[in-house]
Amino acid sequence: MNGRRLVDNIGGKLMLVLTVLSGVLLLLMAWGLVAKSSAILSLKPLDTLLFSGNWNPLRGEFGFFPFIAGTIWVVGVATVIAVPVSLLTAIYLSEYAGRKIKGIVNPFIDLLAGIPSVVYGVWGVLMIVPFVKNYIAPLYGTFSSGYCVLTAGIVLAVMIFPVIINVSVEVLNMVPREVREASLSLGATKWQTVKKVVLRRAMPGVIAANVLGIARAFGETMAVLMVAGNVAMIPKSLMDPAYPLPALIANNYGEMLSIPLYDSALFFAALLLFAVVFFFNLVSRAVLVRIEKGIR
Amino acid sequence: MKNRTHISVENLNVYYGDNQVLKNVTIAIPDKTITAIIGPSGCGKTTLLRCFNRLIDTVDGIKVTGKVLVDGDDIFDPQQDVTAIRKKMGLLSQRPFPLPMSIYENVAYGPRIHGTRKKNELDVIVEKYLKMANIWDEVKDRLHEPASSLSIGQQQRLCLARGLAVEPEIILADEPTSALDPVSSRNIEERFMELKNRYTIVMVTHILRQAKRLADYVVFVYLGELIEHGPSKEIFENPKEQITKEYIKGIIS
Repeated sequence: MNGRRLVDNIGGKLMLVLTVLSGVLLLLMAWGLVAKSSAILSLKPLDTLLFSGNWNPLRGEFGFFPFIAGTIWVVGVATVIAVPVSLLTAIYLSEYAGRKIKGIVNPFIDLLAGIPSVVYGVWGVLMIVPFVKNYIAPLYGTFSSGYCVLTAGIVLAVMIFPVIINVSVEVLNMVPREVREASLSLGATKWQTVKKVVLRRAMPGVIAANVLGIARAFGETMAVLMVAGNVAMIPKSLMDPAYPLPALIANNYGEMLSIPLYDSALFFAALLLFAVVFFFNLVSRAVLVRIEKGIR
Repeated sequence: MKNRTHISVENLNVYYGDNQVLKNVTIAIPDKTITAIIGPSGCGKTTLLRCFNRLIDTVDGIKVTGKVLVDGDDIFDPQQDVTAIRKKMGLLSQRPFPLPMSIYENVAYGPRIHGTRKKNELDVIVEKYLKMANIWDEVKDRLHEPASSLSIGQQQRLCLARGLAVEPEIILADEPTSALDPVSSRNIEERFMELKNRYTIVMVTHILRQAKRLADYVVFVYLGELIEHGPSKEIFENPKEQITKEYIKGIIS
């Protein structure tokens, strides 16, 4: 008898330790990034690092602005594409679609979420890059290699569709049926009901869903790296190449470390990303948890 | 009955999948009176009510046959504009569900949808119907606070005002007092008594005493079938069917 209880006891404790460990891991990572980037932070003022456009590691110039701008451009384009498309899809799935359509579409969206990032990258190179190069760029009378902000934005948008759609559908489903019925029974159409009542009620959650998707876009590395062009310049248009932060880190870590301060600079870039993604996630999850509690 | 028929139901069948929820129901609901639909839980009372304003449409996998005529028009006719049908009827649900907006906006919502835009017109409408629902004095100084800040009893009266604001002919109420305290319940019942001269009120209830207090006409539904219907007095004092007798005496519930 005692043996069984002992196993139970030890098992419980062990699992507790493992659980705590995963939390501690996050703190350790943050601490490691801060420690490693302190070398460059102590030598260069923060505003130079963030807002200077001079990236010339050989001469000791580490201005991250081209990469920050590249990240913002790419994520911005992805957001502009992904938010309306995902939102309308989520509204369709939660308000209009019958059970049959939901049964067919939902697995596809889940599959979309499960495709490895590198596959999206290959798809981008094969389909979107030539599309942008041959059709979109001439439309604007410019030349583009196709490896540019727009391409990266499109690929990224497709990658974050499932995140935004799934979370938004969940949030919309939490709006009580009776609230919709109240609006319908007053003679409102379905669209009026969705627009003025359902979305209004679900708004905080829908915003959180989008922020969650955008957070994912910030950190996405592989696919973006393959199609963004990776030129350290500040993009001026959709057709310019960009060099987002994750791509910078992935491309250079382990390669250029003979240059003084370079590794510290990359850690600083990682710290920046970590902070942004962490913040976005934290905010949106806090909102979602509150909504769930509020409704129960 | 002296009254003309307002809603008439002819051979109405409702199926949910293989399950038949309403079986061949035929009734005539009189104009400008309170009709109570009584019967045990899960016997199709709410389904019947939801056929009247076609909220039944929103349920996935439902099939309806037969006719429901409102003012002589078959509302299940595909040619009918469902929003126009629903505009004719206000709905009170079991628990009040205010729309996620202010007290004022809740009442103004319906009129706005149907094309009233001018602020001064809306002001008049909002005041009129909040008064009719006997809640004006409690909310007149806080019209722009969220409706969710009201007590549940106040919310139900707000929902009544909201329904009245689209100028319906019919009020549908699905156990409208079941979530309310006795004082709030009484307040709603008194409103119904005031309103019944101007509106046709159809109320689902499983509180027999409430049906006795309020109803002029009673419809008894049991396991999806219409067992008996008639003037309240007849049903309560001299029911024809054995099962109605047992229900009213409390032998079955």
